[in-house]
Amino acid sequence: MSKCRKLLLATAVASVAATPALAERLGIGRAALPEELDAWNVNIMPNGDGLPEGSMSVEDGESAFVDNCAMCHGDFAEGLDNWPPLAGGRGTLTADRPLKTVGSYWPYLSTVWDYVHRSMPFGNAQSLTPDEVYGITAYILYSEGLVDYDFVLSKENFTEVRLPNEDGFYVDDRIEAEFPLFTGEPCMTECKAEVEVTLRAADLNVTPTDEEGHPVGTIPDFTVAAAGAVATDAVEEASAEDAAEGEEDVAEAAEAHDPELVAAGERAFRQCSACHQVGEGAQNRVGPQLNGIIGQPAGQVDGFRYSPALMTKAEEGLVWTEENLAELLEKPRDFIPGTRMSFAGFRDPDDVAAVTAYLKTFSE
Amino acid sequence: MTDTPSLPKPSRRAFLKGSAVAAGALAAGRAAASGPDPMITEVQPWAQYLGDGVDAVPYGMPIRFESHVVRRNVDWLTADVISSINFTPIHALEGTITPQGCAFERHHSGAIELSKQDYRLMINGLVDQPLVFTYADLERFPRSVHTYFCECAANSGMEWGGAQLQGAQFTHGMIHNMEYTGVTLRTLLEEAGVKPEGKWIYIEGADASSNGRSIPLEKALDDVLVAFYANGEALRKEHGYPVRLVVPGWEGNLWVKWLRRIEVTDGPTESREETSKYTDLMPDGRARKWTWVMDAKSIITSPSPQAPWRQGPGPMPITGLAWSGHGKITRVDVSVDGGKNWQEARLAGEPGSMALTRFYFDHVWDGSEMMLQSRAIDETGYVQPTKDQLREIRGLNSVYHNNGIQTWWVKANGEAENVEVS
Repeated sequence: MSKCRKLLLATAVASVAATPALAERLGIGRAALPEELDAWNVNIMPNGDGLPEGSMSVEDGESAFVDNCAMCHGDFAEGLDNWPPLAGGRGTLTADRPLKTVGSYWPYLSTVWDYVHRSMPFGNAQSLTPDEVYGITAYILYSEGLVDYDFVLSKENFTEVRLPNEDGFYVDDRIEAEFPLFTGEPCMTECKAEVEVTLRAADLNVTPTDEEGHPVGTIPDFTVAAAGAVATDAVEEASAEDAAEGEEDVAEAAEAHDPELVAAGERAFRQCSACHQVGEGAQNRVGPQLNGIIGQPAGQVDGFRYSPALMTKAEEGLVWTEENLAELLEKPRDFIPGTRMSFAGFRDPDDVAAVTAYLKTFSE
Repeated sequence: MTDTPSLPKPSRRAFLKGSAVAAGALAAGRAAASGPDPMITEVQPWAQYLGDGVDAVPYGMPIRFESHVVRRNVDWLTADVISSINFTPIHALEGTITPQGCAFERHHSGAIELSKQDYRLMINGLVDQPLVFTYADLERFPRSVHTYFCECAANSGMEWGGAQLQGAQFTHGMIHNMEYTGVTLRTLLEEAGVKPEGKWIYIEGADASSNGRSIPLEKALDDVLVAFYANGEALRKEHGYPVRLVVPGWEGNLWVKWLRRIEVTDGPTESREETSKYTDLMPDGRARKWTWVMDAKSIITSPSPQAPWRQGPGPMPITGLAWSGHGKITRVDVSVDGGKNWQEARLAGEPGSMALTRFYFDHVWDGSEMMLQSRAIDETGYVQPTKDQLREIRGLNSVYHNNGIQTWWVKANGEAENVEVS
């Protein structure tokens, strides 16, 4: 019997005796090791419990922020596209459109440190050092005007910083504040004099619709005679005939611009769109914009900071082709070891072909 | 009300109005055929030739005629599809159980693939012995089976400002209801031995977001499940395979997927998901926190904007779902006139606690426009409020926990629109 197992048993016996209310233990599992606890037990409490040693200035934090955060949250933490702003919005919580940020809404700085450390950057979580997290947190405080540019955030002074909205929360009071109003035998007849339509979703018209203008997902009309089944079969037969008549033409057209493949590519590209934009007005984000990527020398998109690994490939003369782009999309880290691209790669080769076809439609 | 359907009777309104169309249709009883139906008189291919053999599809998907019954998202809601949400097609489902394949998804860093071999669960913090379990370890604990709804706190959140989205899938589809098999969290916590100073637990997932949340120990020891199976099969990837937390009656964000760690603490961690998100901003600029319980709510799923009524006047089963995070649904009322008059609906089967309940209102439609509403009542006596009653207290910016009464305006052609009424 290992020392560890003996310790576990001894502890178990002792504490069962100490807490007789608890059920008998089954002896399942094993003791967690200190190294394992260190690796996973990293959440930070509002009083700073759990913070590791470390520090960084606002100035250095700004660099870390620009490198790791600004592609979504903006250079000034103002938020790009639909990504959340991290600063601003103080005094807006009672406005028509409140802006909830670290400065205007978040109650505890520990939450910022904890979240950045464990869950950010989006697509490359747990890659920042504790020092960088102190720096990024300090920069967010600075962008909110809560500290000066020469401020250095560290484990030691962490709890001295309080966020403006710390007292802006109270515990759920629905039971006291709402339940008495919403309890009791409800009215059943003649409960109101007039029923007028006051608001219509049709006026906003923001629901995605199908080809017939109905909301997507509308149940097909099966009260008419077998229309769906017949139509589908007819289409299948017709296309089979076409294919038989001119197989070469069809194959050629498909290769030039297969709309189904492109549509499949557009869907598969959603996996890329957290980091890459393509099409009209596409801009660099976490990754470079991808207009005209096929046929383009690697590492050439204006204003994008590539990884040293990719720049080495570029200097070796890498030019993007359908073939090498497919290799990249299958296993980015095998194709360019050291790339910052955090995507693991498409598992399905059909997705690779589809995305390549989709990207080809955006040639410059 | 009992679960015995009585024969539909013409509504009081139809009698009183006595419209020629309604009266005529009812008097005639049923339509006459315009000629023999070839579906009956001619031998159809499926009655002559052979169908698929067994093993044609080792794991079956719905027949192609049901291809519209899928999860859908609304592109403009979120910045991308990785940290996003989609909606259960509740308008096209019946009964109470949600098939896993079309049950709504909410991910914060995408749906990950974590195998049973690689799975580890750690229990640490204020316990006698921090423990690590493998999936194989978890299978040794006694199991139990329970059916619960899981509703995202933001379900109907887009409707705070007014009627917005066309369809029960989009207004109320951030919900599913499954039968879970798993180990009670209490069993696992007792295995580690909670110290007397332990008052809360902190739970997190194995994905990149980790989605950490705090839960009071009282709830953790009450009815929380560590689940491996849903609806009789392993959890789907998008629902947290191989292990997720089930927190009955409480908001979906607490149902941490790919559960990897449970820490016993003396207070809440105040993570990002319970401070900057999942707190409810009130009109005075302060915010409610720890609004965990999902209050009683109901929705008519058919007819609805994506489930137009195409059969015309006559018998029309109006149906929907009701649920409460405080326990069982005891009654559902339905109104066809925008809340002026109400009638009790029939509950199908025995309502489960913190589970979806199906209701039916066996209506005979006279073909005139209707303003359909439903109103749930739970075992605490709580009556589902109107949206305006909620707005009066909470304003328009609380985002979460909108359980107000929904109105569908059913037109004479049977199509329905999402509206609000006075």
